[in-house]
Amino acid sequence: MSALGWAGGITQPVLIVAGSPVLVGMMRQVRARLEGRAGPGIAQPWRDLRKLFGKEAITPRGTSEVFRFAPLVQVATVGVVAVVAPFITAASALGAVADLFAVVALLALGTVALALAGLDTATAFGGMGASREMTIIALVEPTLLVAIFALSVRVGSTNLTDIVSATLRDPARMVSPVSLLAAVALVVVVVAETGRLPVDNPSTHLELTMVHEAMVLEYAGPDLALVELAAAMRLSVFLGLLANLFVPWGIATTATPLAVLVGILALAVKVGLLGAALAAGEVFLAKLRLFRVPELLAGSFLLALLAVAASFFLA
Amino acid sequence: MGTAAYVQVLDLACGGLLLCAVLVLWRRELAVIIRVFAAQGVILAVLVAVLAAHQHSPELAVLALGLGVLRGGVLPWLLARALTAAGPARRETRPLVNVAASLLAAAVLALLSYAVSRPLVALIPSPATEAIPVGLTVVLIGFFVLVTRRRALSQLVGFLLMDNGITTVGFLTSANAGLVVELGVSLDVLLAVLVLRILTARIQETFGDADLDELRELHD
Repeated sequence: MSALGWAGGITQPVLIVAGSPVLVGMMRQVRARLEGRAGPGIAQPWRDLRKLFGKEAITPRGTSEVFRFAPLVQVATVGVVAVVAPFITAASALGAVADLFAVVALLALGTVALALAGLDTATAFGGMGASREMTIIALVEPTLLVAIFALSVRVGSTNLTDIVSATLRDPARMVSPVSLLAAVALVVVVVAETGRLPVDNPSTHLELTMVHEAMVLEYAGPDLALVELAAAMRLSVFLGLLANLFVPWGIATTATPLAVLVGILALAVKVGLLGAALAAGEVFLAKLRLFRVPELLAGSFLLALLAVAASFFLA
Repeated sequence: MGTAAYVQVLDLACGGLLLCAVLVLWRRELAVIIRVFAAQGVILAVLVAVLAAHQHSPELAVLALGLGVLRGGVLPWLLARALTAAGPARRETRPLVNVAASLLAAAVLALLSYAVSRPLVALIPSPATEAIPVGLTVVLIGFFVLVTRRRALSQLVGFLLMDNGITTVGFLTSANAGLVVELGVSLDVLLAVLVLRILTARIQETFGDADLDELRELHD
């Protein structure tokens, strides 16, 4: 394991755990300002988390271990991705785990754990949310795999660090139809997977249309804090991956403190800009009807597939 | 223009053509479909302009300009006027094949066109001929839109999409079809759109709707 890998493996999870609630707060603040409200400030998610962590842990009667372990599994899987994937440094602490299939499988595992927890509560809302989440992830996961696979074809490796390093060496390659189609597909999929508008409304509570909120309805106290933290971390992980796969500049390639500092700043700026753009876009969007969501995701799957096809015939 | 830059811009334009074709299939609002079609016309003009710069052919440059004006400006303008005349029905509400299934069908069509055009590409492998599958995909998607949509206007867009695809394949395979031939084809397309537009307006006037599926039976 290289020094660069160590540096990334330590700084990345710290930054993502500390920064993702701030990202969520920033996005809510941007939305509030655009809607003409004052907004609670960007530190509000951290204040909420502190409050929730201070409460006693209670679980509904009749729930099993599945319900208790789901928040831990979700935080753990996202945490592993935060350690291994190239966010701040272009080398990975655990090279083999930074593989595209491993990363996507880890992220999907967290979603499945939460869906099982939603079923475990045996409430109407939990089951409904779980079934909806499974419908969405069944369409999201292949698209995610195929879209990143399109980028990996010309690199000749499915390792995310190799893809990012290859882009750094040869930036001209990013101006190609493959990247164009894969980028559009990935943006749609990231929006769907992180439960933002138009697929799910993150600010609804107790509405018939909600997806993520319906699954976590029975959680309270520290468990709810973990679920919220994991959701925020997923958002930053997805936005960070999106940024670094297409615009990897600023990522640290040497293990000097200055390079790592630049890497941290670059990641914060890129993810911040993407988050602000997402929040600003949400102001202009209405939630899509649930039956229209497969349509949106089928479109992004088609674009991902065309990206792979284009990487073979136009090259 | 350097060879690397030429290949890159050519491939990017092909990616744009593909993206526009998929968007026409994806979106339901007719106004959006018309705007996407206009963008595709402009991208097609860029593609031809790139070919002109690569081959140092002023004739092609003139054609590129003409294509840009016709397909990026005049045809979308005519379609938009037909849309305002068509009244409140602004959406393709019930296509014969639902949108998700038609997007998956488009994926199959893309793979089919790749398989079919491989012998063509093998004849003279060059950056331009390698993009033939893209043109063929646009033709097939256009044909698919033509046969599965119900509104007269979206069928018209399907027809024009097909024509964009045919033009793309034409320019990619043989750059020197001749100015006269291209002019003739462009005038043909313009005339077809004008005639179909009048036809749509007549259908609209007579039946109060441009849903062609309703026109199954003969009336006195």
